[in-house]
Amino acid sequence: MADGLLWHRLQFAFSVTFHYLFPQLTMGLALLIVLFKSTALYRGNERYNEIARFWARIFGLNFAMGVVTGIPLEFQFGTNWSRFSSFSGEVIGQTLAMEGVFAFFLESTFLGLFLFGEKRLGPKGHLAVAIALATGSWLSGYFIIVANAFMQHPVGHVIGEDGVLHLASFRAFLGNPWAFWQYAHNMAASVVTASFVVSAVGAYWALLGTHREHAVICLRTGVIAGLLSTVLVAFPTGDQHGKMVAMHQPVALAAMEGLFEGGPYAELAIIGQPDVAQRKLRNPIVLPGFLSFLAYGTFGSTVKGLNDFPKEEWPDNVELLYYSYHIMVGLGTLMMLVMAVSTALLWRDRLLRMRSMLWVLLLAFPFPYIATTAGWWTAELGRQPWIIYGLMRTADAGSTQVSPGDVVFTLLGFVGLYLLLGIVFVLQFLKEISRGPAAMHEA
Amino acid sequence: MEAIWFAIVAAMLSIYVVLDGFDFGVGVLHRFVARTDLERRTVFSAIGPVWDGNEVWLIAAGGVLFMAFPKVYATAFSGFYLALMIVLWLLILRGVSIEFRSLQDNPLWREFWDTVFSLASGMLAFVFGTALANLVRGVPLEETGLPGMPLFTNFQPGKQAGIFDWYTILVGLFALFALTGHGALFLDWRTAGPVQERSRIAARRIWTSLVPFWVIVTLATAFVQPDIFPNLFSRPWSVAFVMLAMGGFGGVFYFLQRNRPLAAFLSSAAFLLGLSATTLTGNYPYWLRSTIDPALSLTASNSISARYGLVVALGWWAVGMLLTIGYFAYIFQTMRGKVDINASDAH
Repeated sequence: MADGLLWHRLQFAFSVTFHYLFPQLTMGLALLIVLFKSTALYRGNERYNEIARFWARIFGLNFAMGVVTGIPLEFQFGTNWSRFSSFSGEVIGQTLAMEGVFAFFLESTFLGLFLFGEKRLGPKGHLAVAIALATGSWLSGYFIIVANAFMQHPVGHVIGEDGVLHLASFRAFLGNPWAFWQYAHNMAASVVTASFVVSAVGAYWALLGTHREHAVICLRTGVIAGLLSTVLVAFPTGDQHGKMVAMHQPVALAAMEGLFEGGPYAELAIIGQPDVAQRKLRNPIVLPGFLSFLAYGTFGSTVKGLNDFPKEEWPDNVELLYYSYHIMVGLGTLMMLVMAVSTALLWRDRLLRMRSMLWVLLLAFPFPYIATTAGWWTAELGRQPWIIYGLMRTADAGSTQVSPGDVVFTLLGFVGLYLLLGIVFVLQFLKEISRGPAAMHEA
Repeated sequence: MEAIWFAIVAAMLSIYVVLDGFDFGVGVLHRFVARTDLERRTVFSAIGPVWDGNEVWLIAAGGVLFMAFPKVYATAFSGFYLALMIVLWLLILRGVSIEFRSLQDNPLWREFWDTVFSLASGMLAFVFGTALANLVRGVPLEETGLPGMPLFTNFQPGKQAGIFDWYTILVGLFALFALTGHGALFLDWRTAGPVQERSRIAARRIWTSLVPFWVIVTLATAFVQPDIFPNLFSRPWSVAFVMLAMGGFGGVFYFLQRNRPLAAFLSSAAFLLGLSATTLTGNYPYWLRSTIDPALSLTASNSISARYGLVVALGWWAVGMLLTIGYFAYIFQTMRGKVDINASDAH
């Protein structure tokens, strides 16, 4: 790869994928911790406080991993994507700066208080700090989504005589309708991740027969939050997000669905392997008319296929995009089923006695991580070949003065470093779960 | 507008130096001033709750630079590619070593992360010093932009200098010493007992060595970049920053002598703030000076964003800063007093 574009892309893809394993839990868990703490205060049940403290430890570790792996992303806009930064910094820089000023200061100051100040703050003060922390992490999500939504569906800008983007309407930029649905979809998904992790830990303790009271609370909260959030991820947020893609990125939709030949009564492919050279889907199992219905509301609506677009407008990796999208949807459906069955089993506490279902909950925790990653890959691969849809191509965005050899060097460095961090994180996560909530008072 | 945003970025970077500076200093020193595990834990309790808030100043300053001066952001970051990536890795290692050390009781585990923490902190202090020195010295900026800067060439600060030359290395070492002295004063203020005593002794030695060091660095700067002092004194108000730096420097010795650790720490904060502000003011309006042809330099006025976005940003920035000052005041109010690991939930 003489031009280095592939390496720039791989490095960003790798570091952003690894990074987002952490915030997705942080944001969802922040909400559940607020829920645990307010229940503790409202019902006067100390178990909920013990659970909140247990999850706060996980939260703290997870948060730190999110912070240290997040900074390289902001830096990489400048280091690896300097032409993109020069072109769009005036617009995208707004929300990146706002994230620092409004979200990170809030989160980082209150995280210290939250982790180390429970005794000094008292129960109400501590709950207030937990709420501040959750607000900070959800705000941070919004600013980043606005930046991404601008890249997906640019609004609120003008192109100046100097050839770079200027902000034209702050309100239009922050109120991008794409950002609204993408944010709702993304945040619901982060609650899914937290719910599955909380349920899995509850299931683990229940299966072992330790920390019984805590296990019950984690299972109940996790399963109910899990059902609500898995439903919300699909309807209305995923559905509306999909309609946005259909309206503004029809070629991405066609590639996601593996639809080469468009037309009315478009088929929804449940499974099948795209063959880009032959322009067809191999071994397809399809639902006739469903794609038309999902994209535009009636079975007879015309959906454009990839053949309706010149090949240079196609996303440059149709196969990976297709599979990412199908993995996201497939796992999303499966997770909804798991949580629906588990919620039904909460009736008369049958879930606690049903070891097979507890095993399912324990083993299901990777699903939301995979689905969320696949979802983001869908969004980012679907945007190709554009880095800012319709305005700048990815091929024109990289730093030309950085030699490919330097990028390979740093990519390998990130891989090595993140491997080390990942191993320590997983070991520690497991250790915390074995220690459980009862050990919290050991100073 | 460009002057305001230059000042905002410069102020945020200077605050970053003061705040994360003591974390770096503590990192360099902690293996010497804190010897038992209990002492080490005391030291980590002092910075554990604040380090990532301090680091946010860097991230926020980066975001503001990106928004207000996109060309500078793009040119400098891609030009300094390898150096910045090394900074990133060091920041990652510094951050996780604080978090990871407490996770296991095994002494070897702790020794390992303590060493990582020390090395990463020291190297960060050094590298940030060299980064500032690169701005002062200038970089080989051409019409087509900044070609990838080599980490080093012949170690001479000439037209084709690398990131590390004798001048930038000198400034890097000065930054390392100054921030270590700053961290020593922080520990003197925040801890008690043997850690405090050792920190104070370290502070006295380091600050004494900084007297000749500061003189040498100032002379070297005048030699390498003769423009900077006339430029600085052409704006009489910038003398205030020089006074702040000198007053702070004197204050450190005055208050160290009188056993007033908080006042000594604040003095060293004033010194760093003044020094950083002096350097950036002396460099104004340059962000990136070209050593090839001064006309090719990136200045505040030829890299500033369009007006509308900056006016909007001025509004939210002011609100955000007020909120932030509020949080910092609140956290200092709540967590004031000497660090006592028995009184907190720290591990």
